[in-house]
Amino acid sequence: MSIEYIVEFMPSLLRGAAVTLEITLYSLVAAFVLSFIAGLARLSKWRIIRFIAAAYVEVLRGTSLLVQLFWIYFALPVLLDINLTAMQAGVLALGLNYGAYGSEVVRSSILAVPKGQTEASIALNFTPYQRMRYIILPQAIRSMLPSFGNLQIELLKGTSLVYLITITELLYAGMQLRTYNMSQTTLIFTLLLVIYFVIAFAFNTIIRLIERKVSVGRS
Amino acid sequence: MWDWDYAISVLPDLLKVLPLTVAATFIGFGISVVFGLLLALMSRSSIKMVRFPAKAFVEFVRNTPLLVQIFFIYFVLPLYGISLSAFTCGVIALGLHYSTYLSEVYRSGIEAVDKGQWEASTALNFSKSQTWLRVILPQAVPPTIPVMGNYLIVMFKETPLLSAISVGELLMTAKGLGSMSFKYVELYTLIGVLFLVLSYPCSLLVRAAEKRLARK
Repeated sequence: MSIEYIVEFMPSLLRGAAVTLEITLYSLVAAFVLSFIAGLARLSKWRIIRFIAAAYVEVLRGTSLLVQLFWIYFALPVLLDINLTAMQAGVLALGLNYGAYGSEVVRSSILAVPKGQTEASIALNFTPYQRMRYIILPQAIRSMLPSFGNLQIELLKGTSLVYLITITELLYAGMQLRTYNMSQTTLIFTLLLVIYFVIAFAFNTIIRLIERKVSVGRS
Repeated sequence: MWDWDYAISVLPDLLKVLPLTVAATFIGFGISVVFGLLLALMSRSSIKMVRFPAKAFVEFVRNTPLLVQIFFIYFVLPLYGISLSAFTCGVIALGLHYSTYLSEVYRSGIEAVDKGQWEASTALNFSKSQTWLRVILPQAVPPTIPVMGNYLIVMFKETPLLSAISVGELLMTAKGLGSMSFKYVELYTLIGVLFLVLSYPCSLLVRAAEKRLARK
């Protein structure tokens, strides 16, 4: 009996999951880019750039993701007199929020690269750009991966919040099914959790594969 | 654009629900401190039947969204005759979710205790509970306190999720006020500022504690 319901529910849940994946991917790209911009900016030699980046990170980390999402969706368009679709607001909020967390990963990994590496590249007459691009970053990226993997899972979980600004993602699909099948509430929520878990598991596997690939030949 | 008079006039309404938000944070944190320790101890058990459920619970709950878990507890439990208030449901979900994170914190603390401490307690003929309570935990827990403080702040910032099951915390109150005035800019900005004002000093405190611990 339960099997019948699962067969009935799965198509709309999977459609929701596809939207969840879409938001996750867009936000991941945004967060990744922002992580590097803000992370590098915090190590800048100019005080003003360091200050702006630090302010961004502290404000985004000090307030709640859901409040940021609501602020971007309901308040920002009024302030700037623009139109934002729910999807744009969702990706913007998730990208900005996890970008702030990611920048800390970037910053601490770069700082963790031994100082001798910087000194050696200065001695070899590398430009600051070359130093960062060819010496520091390749070493820092390896130590960033585990933390980025964790953040990726947090971001995936965070996408469920966009249900509250009426994006028809996975949780929304589940809630809608529930309004027509109240008696199957337990099944629907169990399916939702399992689907989220499967996506997270897939993400974890991918990041582990990348980690293995990057650490080949290095102990 | 920005209406100062309105912002000042709603501030007392928002501050009034602050104790509820803080209460949700601390009760949830209490649950996760206790349950997290239980999970950490269970996953170190020598009996597979004890170890496995704890590990499975941690893996599953950590990798699924808190919001879905909140809905799960709020909508599913009543079907089995357990009807709890929205506040209780939200606090339980928050506590259970973060207990999986805290169990990892305990684990790292326990693993950092020197092996000799276990051997010494065995040599001194301490019972299992004496070893844990008198030797291991007193050394394992204090170094983890800053990390736990961090999670307390994280949980505080997660409380707006409870608005989804209409717990009257900050965000819910702002939504309610906004539906009458449509001044969402002032309302949501105020809430953001309130969160920042409360959580930022706390996180500075935690960072100072971390630095102090690292120096020891």
